[in-house]
Amino acid sequence: MADEKVSDSIKRVSTNIYTDIIKEKKPEIEMPLRSLSNVTYDEKEGYFKLNNKFKQRTLTAATVKTFAQTLKMMSLSKELVESSDIATKREAYYISKNWGDAGFKAQPESDGVMDDVESMFMVNREQLGFIPEEKGGAVAGRLVVIDKDSDTGKDLRIDCTKFGSGAYSVPISVEHLKFETKAKFILAIETSGMFERLNKHNYWKKSNCILISMGGVPTRALRRFIRRLSDDQNIPVYVFTDGDPYGFLNIYRTLKVGSGNAAHINKYFCVPRAQFIGITTQDILEYKLPTHPLKDVDIKRIKDGVKNDPFVKHHKQWQKALAEMAKLKVRAEQQALAKHGLNFVMSDYLPQKLANQKTWLP
Amino acid sequence: MQKTLDLDNFKEEEKTETMPEKSENHNNLEPQENKMESTQTIETPNKEPKKNTKAHELAKKQRDISIAEFFEKNRHLLGFDNKKKALLTTIKEAVDNSLDACEEADILPELIVEIIDMGDDRYRVAIEDNGPGIVKAQIPKIFAKLLYGSKFHTLKQSRGQQGIGISASVMYGQLTTGRPARIISKIGPNHPANEIELKLDTVKNKPLIISQKETQWHKPHGTRIEIDLEGTYISGRQSVDQYIQQTAIINPHVTLIYQPPKGSQIMFVRATEKVPRQAKEIKPHPYGVELGRLMKMLRYTEYRTIQAFLTNEFARVGSGTAKQICENGAILPSTKPKKMTRELAEQLMKGIKETKIINPPADCISPIGHVLLEKGLKKEVNAEFYFSATRPPAVYRGNPFVIEAAIAYGGNMEADKSIEISRFANRVPLLYQQGSCAITKSIAKTNWRSYGLRQSNNSIPIGPCVLIIHMASVWVPFTSEAKEALAHYPEIMKEVRLVIQEIGRELGKYLNKKKRLKKELSKVDYISKYLPHVSGALQEILKLEKDEKLRLEEHLKIILEESRSIKKDELEELKRDFGPKRTRQESELDKIEGLDDVNEEINEDLEDDSAPAVDSTKGGEN
Repeated sequence: MADEKVSDSIKRVSTNIYTDIIKEKKPEIEMPLRSLSNVTYDEKEGYFKLNNKFKQRTLTAATVKTFAQTLKMMSLSKELVESSDIATKREAYYISKNWGDAGFKAQPESDGVMDDVESMFMVNREQLGFIPEEKGGAVAGRLVVIDKDSDTGKDLRIDCTKFGSGAYSVPISVEHLKFETKAKFILAIETSGMFERLNKHNYWKKSNCILISMGGVPTRALRRFIRRLSDDQNIPVYVFTDGDPYGFLNIYRTLKVGSGNAAHINKYFCVPRAQFIGITTQDILEYKLPTHPLKDVDIKRIKDGVKNDPFVKHHKQWQKALAEMAKLKVRAEQQALAKHGLNFVMSDYLPQKLANQKTWLP
Repeated sequence: MQKTLDLDNFKEEEKTETMPEKSENHNNLEPQENKMESTQTIETPNKEPKKNTKAHELAKKQRDISIAEFFEKNRHLLGFDNKKKALLTTIKEAVDNSLDACEEADILPELIVEIIDMGDDRYRVAIEDNGPGIVKAQIPKIFAKLLYGSKFHTLKQSRGQQGIGISASVMYGQLTTGRPARIISKIGPNHPANEIELKLDTVKNKPLIISQKETQWHKPHGTRIEIDLEGTYISGRQSVDQYIQQTAIINPHVTLIYQPPKGSQIMFVRATEKVPRQAKEIKPHPYGVELGRLMKMLRYTEYRTIQAFLTNEFARVGSGTAKQICENGAILPSTKPKKMTRELAEQLMKGIKETKIINPPADCISPIGHVLLEKGLKKEVNAEFYFSATRPPAVYRGNPFVIEAAIAYGGNMEADKSIEISRFANRVPLLYQQGSCAITKSIAKTNWRSYGLRQSNNSIPIGPCVLIIHMASVWVPFTSEAKEALAHYPEIMKEVRLVIQEIGRELGKYLNKKKRLKKELSKVDYISKYLPHVSGALQEILKLEKDEKLRLEEHLKIILEESRSIKKDELEELKRDFGPKRTRQESELDKIEGLDDVNEEINEDLEDDSAPAVDSTKGGEN
């Protein structure tokens, strides 16, 4: 969506509200319901698609505060977009301190209203002029990122093999980036610890790949980065996480098909071609990995996933994998592979996993 | 003035002396003349055979105990424990007597109470009434003879259960200042007033007339007494001030003009022109009679057989019931009462216990009535809510009684303190020993939280509240001779509980309604807090003119008015119910328990609603 359009949409919605009020009709704001219950897994497209459940915010005594805040947030967004400026989520929260009684008490409140506005207009928050605080992730390996010099506007070639023991850091906005690579695959890694190990030993050189550290659930920017890179260069994406429900459902699933909360923008922020090569219950048994017992929250997450997650419901293999874990009642971290030697992951685990497609999960 | 001496302060033996005056003439309208009867506190041996034993010497000494000595030793029984209480007791005795006298003569009482500070802890108290007056010959005996008074073996609701009488006050004044009491009394417009100065011969217990003369007095009839005494004047709890105020509340038909030693005169104007109905005298009910009393009655009765004795001296005993009692006690109905031994009397008691006897009649009780009680409270306590209730008569141990109560809430009262409890027995305030009183215990045992007051378990509730409890009975059971607290009879506690529940429910309803109003008002506040932001944001986005923004706000107000849970006319009704003094109420509202949370509650409601839908399985996505 072009900036012009966002500002127009804001005006259109506001005009409707204005008209309702003048007619002494209760004004209403409508936005899609953002939750797993309102998404379907579209296998062909490869991501969570939003259904048509909506939530209405009607102006009543009880909603007047949030209603005012939503409108103020829209006004702020319009101002940002029209002046081509940006504000971080935290900055937006501080700006609200000027709103007197309508100001937010804590950032989660303002983030929530921002998500509401985002979904109202079916855009991502960057298009509204809001940017997140955190950057994407770290990248190392056979990749050249072509960025632009913000002063001269000239192309800037960034060779991701030349960061030594460091790494290239994915920016907040990735739409303008171009790529050059001869790598065979992208390896997205859950923990920065594992990333450091593979990077230090130049694993990308040995296996001709691009290493990406996600640091937990991948940010929107990183999801978009991986999506664009893999689409652009047509290379596969392998995801290497801990063997636990959080790694399966929160990290992998969100990367691949998006989330319920951001359902309105999953289209852009998903990596449908991603494949899971992380630790499975099968691996725990075969490699005799040291384990930890599942916590209550893990078990709840498995039950929730099986019951409510359209992605799991779609894939029998995932249902089976979760069931096996629930049965064994243990989980294993990536670093557990160190039991067989620090470099076991490079010499044995990854080569074996990559070679045997049957051990992957969709 | 009638002088009612309460001999039940003392031992049973002393009481026996009061019995035989039944035959006295009752036709005289002057109450003080027909109800007086001489008695002696200190028993003197009847005959003294001349024998020189140690015992007889001791007996002589016993006889020589003077009234003054007795008084000194028993001050605490008589309400003169300390200087503070002495001042109060003196005024209380005089006021009680004045009120009883006026009421018996069907006169609307108008009393003047003055306390003059004479320095050195000495005070002159003067109590003046518009009662029927006292004939000259009776004045000395009434005011200067200890334990001169009346006590019938019939029972009657009267104030006279307090202390020992005005003579004790006269004597106390005389003992502490050496000065006589001065009495002026006039019995009618065509009679002269008599002014008499009196002392009490403490050895012989006889009045000493210091001076007497006829004089001019502006009143058509009435009595004034002045006593100089050693005392301490305080204000606040258990003070004369409090006593006067409570007396004004519980006697709404009385006008009281009070001049404290400091500050200006206070006028308590009557709230009704109706003199309370005179309580009827009743005979005792068999269930209420103890052995000692029964034996006295047997000794002094004029009836010749137990059968006649039972039917004539007791309430609710007919010949059938009397026969039943005798049968159950294994006594011949023809037995002569004078021949009844202690053992036989005990058998008679057993017979009474085992016989079913209907409850005594209740018309002998004269409660104030909830309407007048509330009027009395209203005129002395400035509050925003009043309610009162009178229970139907109940019976404990054969004594009929009525409990009534009134409550005042809010106004200028302090919200963070225990509620103020005013206890009354037969229209007399009970200022001491609140903690050990059955009334207090019943109050503490009631759950006030459901009525909207704060309360920790089994304690006096907290709130801006005055609670009045009155017990009217022919016989008020006190825990001790100090007569300041009601005994814990289950029947009495139950009635107190029931009357509290009755008024508590109303209080609860009122506070609930108020809470709703408060919530509504703060909702209005809440809405008007955010409306300008709704219109302001639209103004920014749509670049509206200022008057367009204001127009939006007007419309928004109308829209939101409709969406509230409570409709506008209902809100108006609520506001109307809480009277025109809204500003004060609002500040009071803040003090109501639980209301502090209302604002937050509302905010929470609203914030719950506004919370964005969160995906339970989402991670730390940004």
